[in-house]
Amino acid sequence: MIEIENLGVKIGPKDIVTGVSFHVEPGRVTTIIGPNGSGKTTALKALSGDLAYSGAARIAGRDINRMKAWEMASVRAVLPQISHLSFPFTVREVVRIGLTSGYSGASDRDADELSEEALRRVDLDGFAGRFYQELSGGEQQRVQLARVLCQVWEPVADGEPRYLFLDEPISSLDIRHQLAIMDIAVDFARRGGGVLAILHDLNLTAMYSDRVMIMHQGRCEGFGTPDEVLRDDLLQGVFGCRLQVGVTPPAGTRFVLPQSAQ
Amino acid sequence: MLLQTARATRFDTGRATEGDRAGRARLAILFLFLLLVVTAAFSLATGASDASVLSIIRSWFGVFTGDESALSARDAIIIYDIRLPRTVLGILIGASLAVSGATMQGLFRNPLADPGIVGVSAGAGLGAICMIVLGGTIFAPVVVLFGIYALPVAAFGGGLATTFLLYHISTRQGRTSVATMLLAGIALGALAGAFTGILVFMADDQQLRDLTFWGLGSLAGATWTKILSAGPIIAAALIASPFLARALNALTLGEATAHHIGISVQKFKRLAIVLVAAATGASVAVSGGIGFVGIVVPHLLRLSIGPDHRYLLPASAMLGASLLLLADAVARVIVAPAELPIGIVTAAVGAPFFLWILLSRRGVLDM
Repeated sequence: MIEIENLGVKIGPKDIVTGVSFHVEPGRVTTIIGPNGSGKTTALKALSGDLAYSGAARIAGRDINRMKAWEMASVRAVLPQISHLSFPFTVREVVRIGLTSGYSGASDRDADELSEEALRRVDLDGFAGRFYQELSGGEQQRVQLARVLCQVWEPVADGEPRYLFLDEPISSLDIRHQLAIMDIAVDFARRGGGVLAILHDLNLTAMYSDRVMIMHQGRCEGFGTPDEVLRDDLLQGVFGCRLQVGVTPPAGTRFVLPQSAQ
Repeated sequence: MLLQTARATRFDTGRATEGDRAGRARLAILFLFLLLVVTAAFSLATGASDASVLSIIRSWFGVFTGDESALSARDAIIIYDIRLPRTVLGILIGASLAVSGATMQGLFRNPLADPGIVGVSAGAGLGAICMIVLGGTIFAPVVVLFGIYALPVAAFGGGLATTFLLYHISTRQGRTSVATMLLAGIALGALAGAFTGILVFMADDQQLRDLTFWGLGSLAGATWTKILSAGPIIAAALIASPFLARALNALTLGEATAHHIGISVQKFKRLAIVLVAAATGASVAVSGGIGFVGIVVPHLLRLSIGPDHRYLLPASAMLGASLLLLADAVARVIVAPAELPIGIVTAAVGAPFFLWILLSRRGVLDM
C-alpha cells in the first residue's frame, strides 16, 4: 500500500501540488485524471522519488524521501512520459537496461528470455534488433513499457507487492494498443501488484480503473471508485466544460467508444 | 552508411540473440587486445637507432639459457630507458584519453563531449602550468606535500574545477544542452588560456623552457619518473571506469529514469566527474594537450559494437592506446630525424573526424 497524506510539492517558489491525500492499493488500478497543468505528473514524480515534497508518502510503511534509489527500484518501476535516448541502443539493449539494475523478482529466469517475453507482451515481437531511435513514438513508448515491466516482472516479490507508475502510458498509442496496454496494467494488478497511472482518456479511465483520483490546480478534488468520481458536477468543475456522464449523443451521431470494442 | 554496417544482426555464437551485440563486443575486445600487443611491439621496434625488438626477445630467453650477452648495453638502454617508457606512457595516455572521452560523453549524454573540446584539458593545463611556474613560490607547499605527484595533482585539480563548472552550467533539470556545453567549454577554455598567458608572461627562462617542452603535446620526454607520477592516477581511473558502466548505460535514458532504475545519480555523477578530471589531468600533466583521441575512439567503437559502456569503456582503452602508439610512430618517422609533436598528428586526423560527426549527425546539436 502506498499512503499519501497531505502531499505538497513546490517547484521554485510555486506550489504545484498542495494537500493531496489518497492511497494506492495493491491489486488495484488507481488512476489520476485532471486537466493539463493540474499537478498530476508532479505528484507522480514526488512519489517516484524525483522531487522533494512535504507531507507524508509511504510505500509499505517506509518514507519515500528516505529510501535509496536501489531500494525504490526494487519496489516500483516508472514509465515516464517521454524518453529521449542519447546513444543508438537496440530495442533489446534498452529493455535489458531495465533488467541489469533493478530486481526483476525473477532472477532464475534468463535475461534474454525475459526481455523477449516483455517485448511480446507489448506487441513488439521481432523488434529486438531494431534501433530504438528509428522507431515511431508509439513503438518507443511500448519499448519503454517492456523495460519497465522487466524491472518489476513479478507483481509480488518476497511477499511484498510492487508497483507500476505509468505517466500517460497510452498517450501516443493507437486504440488497439491502448486497450492492450491497459490490459497489461490490469493483469499486473490482478496478480497482486499495484498500478498508479495518469490518463487523459476518461472512457478508458472508467473501463480500467478501480480507483480514480481527480486533480485540479494542484489539489485533489475527489478520490474513490470510478462511479463516485466520474460525475457530471465534478468533471464539469474540474475540466471547465459541460461534460455529461453516460449520456449518449443524439441519434445519428457517429461515435466510437472503447467500451464497445469486442 | 556506416550505421548500416553496424546494424545489429543475429550473431552466430552461443545463445546470443537478435539485437544483442554483446558477443560481437567481446570479440572486438579480444581483437583490440591483439591489436594493442602488435602496436606495442611495433612501437618498441621503431626508432632512430637500430636496436631491434628481436634482440630483446632473444635477451629474455637469454635469462633462461644463461646467455646474458644477447642484448648489448647500448641496446638495453635504448629499449628499456627510452623506448619502453615511451610505449608504456603511450598506452597509459591513449587509454586514459579515450576512456575519459567515453565517460564524459556518457555523462553529458552526447557524443561530442570531449575533455579536449570543452575546455577540461585547458583547465588541467592551467593547473599544470601553475605548478611549473609557481611551484617554487606560492605552490611550494604543494610540491613538498605531493613530490613528483605535484604536477599531475595540480592538473587534476584544474580539470576537476573545469568539469564541475561545465556540468553545472550546461545541465538544467537533468538535461544537458549541447549548445550551452560547447559554448561554455569555449569560454572556460579561453579563461584558462588567459590565466595561462599571464603565467607564461611571469615565467622565467628556465620555466619557459619547461613550458614549451610540456606544451608540445608529445610522448617524447617519456621517462620512468613521469610514468611513476601520472601512472597510478591514470591506472586508478582506468580500473574504476568499468564500475561506472551500468550507471552510464542507465543515464542514456535520462537522469530521472536512471534514478528509477536504481542508480544514485548524484553520487554517480560526482564520481564520473572526478574520474574524467583525474584521467584528463594526469594525461595533460605528462604529455600536454593531445586532442581528439577521446572523441574519435569512442565514436568509432559505438558504430561497430554499440554504446553499451560495459564493452565500450574497455574497448576504448585498448583502441585509444593502439591509436596513440600508431600516431606516435607516425610523429617519429614522418619528419625523421626530427619529431613532430604527436598533438599535431591527432589533431590533423581528429579535427576532420569531429566535423564529419557534426555533419552526419546535425541532430545532435538540437538535443
